[in-house]
Amino acid sequence: MSFSATNFAQPRPVPVGIRSNEKSLSSDPFRFRFRGSPSFLGSPHSLRFNPTPPLKLAIPHSRRSPAAAVTDVSNGKMVKSSANMLITKEEGLELYEDMILGRFFEDMCAQMYYRGKMFGFVHLYNGQEAVSTGFIKLLKKEDTVVSTYRDHVHALSKGVPARAVMSELFGKATGCCRGQGGSMHMFSKEHNLIGGFAFIGEGIPVATGAAFSSKYRREVLKEASADHVTLAFFGDGTCNNGQFYECLNMAALWKLPIIFVVENNLWAIGMSHLRATSDPEIWKKGPAFGMAGVHVDGMDVLKVREVAKEAIERARRGDGPTLVECETYRFRGHSLADPDELRDPAEKARYAARDPISALKKYMIENKLANEQELKSIEKKIDEVLDDAVEYSDESPLPPRSQLLENVFADPKGFGIGPDGKYRCEDPKFTQGTAHV
Amino acid sequence: MATLFQGLPSSTAFSSSNKFNHAPAPTSFSERKSSIVTVRSDARWSPVLNSATHKPQRLITNAVATKADSSLASTSSKPGHELLLFEALREGLEEEMERDPCVCVMGEDVGHYGGSYKVTKGLATKFGDLRVLDTPIAENSFTGMGIGAAMTGLRPIIEGMNMGFLLLAFNQISNNCGMLHYTSGGQFKIPVVIRGPGGVGRQLGAEHSQRLESYFQSIPGIQMVACSTPYNAKGLMKAAIRSENPVILFEHVLLYNLKDRIPDEEYVLSLEEAEMVRPGEHVTILTYSRMRYHVMQAAKTLVNKGYDPEVIDIRSLKPFDLHTIGKSVKKTHRVLIVEECMRTGGIGASLTAAITENFNDDLDAPIVCLSSQDVPTPYAGTLEEWTVVQPAQIVTAVEQLCQ
Repeated sequence: MSFSATNFAQPRPVPVGIRSNEKSLSSDPFRFRFRGSPSFLGSPHSLRFNPTPPLKLAIPHSRRSPAAAVTDVSNGKMVKSSANMLITKEEGLELYEDMILGRFFEDMCAQMYYRGKMFGFVHLYNGQEAVSTGFIKLLKKEDTVVSTYRDHVHALSKGVPARAVMSELFGKATGCCRGQGGSMHMFSKEHNLIGGFAFIGEGIPVATGAAFSSKYRREVLKEASADHVTLAFFGDGTCNNGQFYECLNMAALWKLPIIFVVENNLWAIGMSHLRATSDPEIWKKGPAFGMAGVHVDGMDVLKVREVAKEAIERARRGDGPTLVECETYRFRGHSLADPDELRDPAEKARYAARDPISALKKYMIENKLANEQELKSIEKKIDEVLDDAVEYSDESPLPPRSQLLENVFADPKGFGIGPDGKYRCEDPKFTQGTAHV
Repeated sequence: MATLFQGLPSSTAFSSSNKFNHAPAPTSFSERKSSIVTVRSDARWSPVLNSATHKPQRLITNAVATKADSSLASTSSKPGHELLLFEALREGLEEEMERDPCVCVMGEDVGHYGGSYKVTKGLATKFGDLRVLDTPIAENSFTGMGIGAAMTGLRPIIEGMNMGFLLLAFNQISNNCGMLHYTSGGQFKIPVVIRGPGGVGRQLGAEHSQRLESYFQSIPGIQMVACSTPYNAKGLMKAAIRSENPVILFEHVLLYNLKDRIPDEEYVLSLEEAEMVRPGEHVTILTYSRMRYHVMQAAKTLVNKGYDPEVIDIRSLKPFDLHTIGKSVKKTHRVLIVEECMRTGGIGASLTAAITENFNDDLDAPIVCLSSQDVPTPYAGTLEEWTVVQPAQIVTAVEQLCQ
């Protein structure tokens, strides 16, 4: 179904955005948006702008989705006919499997961490699977994904094998980054995952560069098939960072094929989004720069997928970037070291009830897309994948000393010329990792 | 893997370089044979002296080995073509952009404006607005963008309008540029060139007179080079672009209008090698960028006073060419470092440590390091002059060192 044609009509003037301080600052600031007519099914508020400057106001535009989203089924509204399904059975099972992989993997990470198999900062993605699955499963292998330190599930969704991610976490030489990156720096050239960044916001320019590359290939190198898009995932805390705004500007200015996906889980460690942000509605910041800004229920994989489809198609066409704000929640603390004392248990309970995996399961079963057994067998399969990943990682070798100096430079001549006149990388101790460089 | 190749100039240049003699004694002329000429990757015009141990008998007005004495010779008989340093940079850039369509430039005012120092003049018209990209004023983000583009197959050259502005890009340069090849386990290479004018200019004020080489030098995974002549500017630019490593190329605001003759043939210099500017016997003077000229000016005075300094332009600020430096130290046993960096934690400080570590036994005297004062560069001309090292100080230092 094509929403785009009907819904992006002429912008109509409306009162300038509903300011956050005009409503009660409950811990669920977006509640106001969903209290509309009961027939309101879809949550995405898509904005279109007139591309010729000057830019008009941001126009929230309610949209009625003819197909049922997952949450509506959870709320007890049944869909009448299967012809209106948003997904096919195969797609549904793929989405389910990906989310289960993400969830079970993160649970396994927690176990392994407490058993002393991995160290440092580990940030788990439980609860946010719908965003990763909803977006990344629509991508081609050549499309690029950039993430933050909460990147295990983005890596898995993009196709990096669970074995590679787990052994990277264990710090083994068989990890996707040879054990040199760790939890916060997942990279995969094969799957076009370019990070994995520890500082928030620093991945967004890199993603903008990947999108620039794609545009460059299309327009300068004249590669007709270069329509690759880039997804940049980051959180609500990042949206107060300068790099975010600088990149929104550049992406919109040059119409780069990039989608900025904000995983707004309302908390930046212990800082509530409302306490940190003057205007908490992040989607509104897109139109301020001349790009579409969309808000979507990030606990609903089908809604995310719908929005993602449109944004990706826009980028692929060459019509520029989109800012997608996904309202989501992390069920665990910021990291495994976070005691998570500041968040209200009632808030956690409310979001736990909107668990994306249970929601999809319910949707698929009630719409006869799959039965309990099929879903259970997927879970069992994932259990086996993970057991295998852990076993593989346990048995993998630790990086040897010889690996220490190997990847510092792409061209190791960069270590320079030693006193003896030879390049330091020619010193036999270099390959042993003991050379003085 | 990149293969850095060492371009050799045409050999005909050596025999005709009569004007580059700087022999203090007449005997060295007759002793000079073609085998004396050092065939290094960079030393086009530097014949090696083999006897300079006795004092000069006549006044030498030109102690500079590499400076072209353009007033004496006619332009038509000499090989190569004459240009200014910024034009040499542009030539190198243009040649590389023609050679490889993935090479692109991004920075503020590089496109339509032609670059604040005209290094990219005319390139946008020739290559298009996407290949010579005018960015908004967002150093951190467009540097990061260049890094992302490099990771996905392009070869960007990121220009900081003034090197000092790249302080805003420190996050990207340190975290991403230097580290990502390693943290990705070698999966992604970042062949960027980050370049721009730095150094103390003519009363530009503190913030426009910064020397960032000292701030960047600790970042693992990057290389730093400083150009000082049109010849090495073009050669280093080309080498930096062809390198698979991220390279920071430091240019100097006051050197852009230096005129010199460079070969017509294509040449690429080595990023890791130092340049022998003036061979000598008494003292090794290590320098780079603009201070090279202060040193050479002091060298004139020193030669007249009977000293024979060996001047090396280290060029590669990270890593140091310890071979050239070591050979020199072993010959002269005295080291003077002249730099424009601040005293604290500057390139000179690192170089002192490296030489002491590696060549301590070869030193007859402690290493003397002349650096700029640890002072934010003042605006007033007199104060600014006293912040940087002047030739008179270099002469005094050599005299003291050689006692």
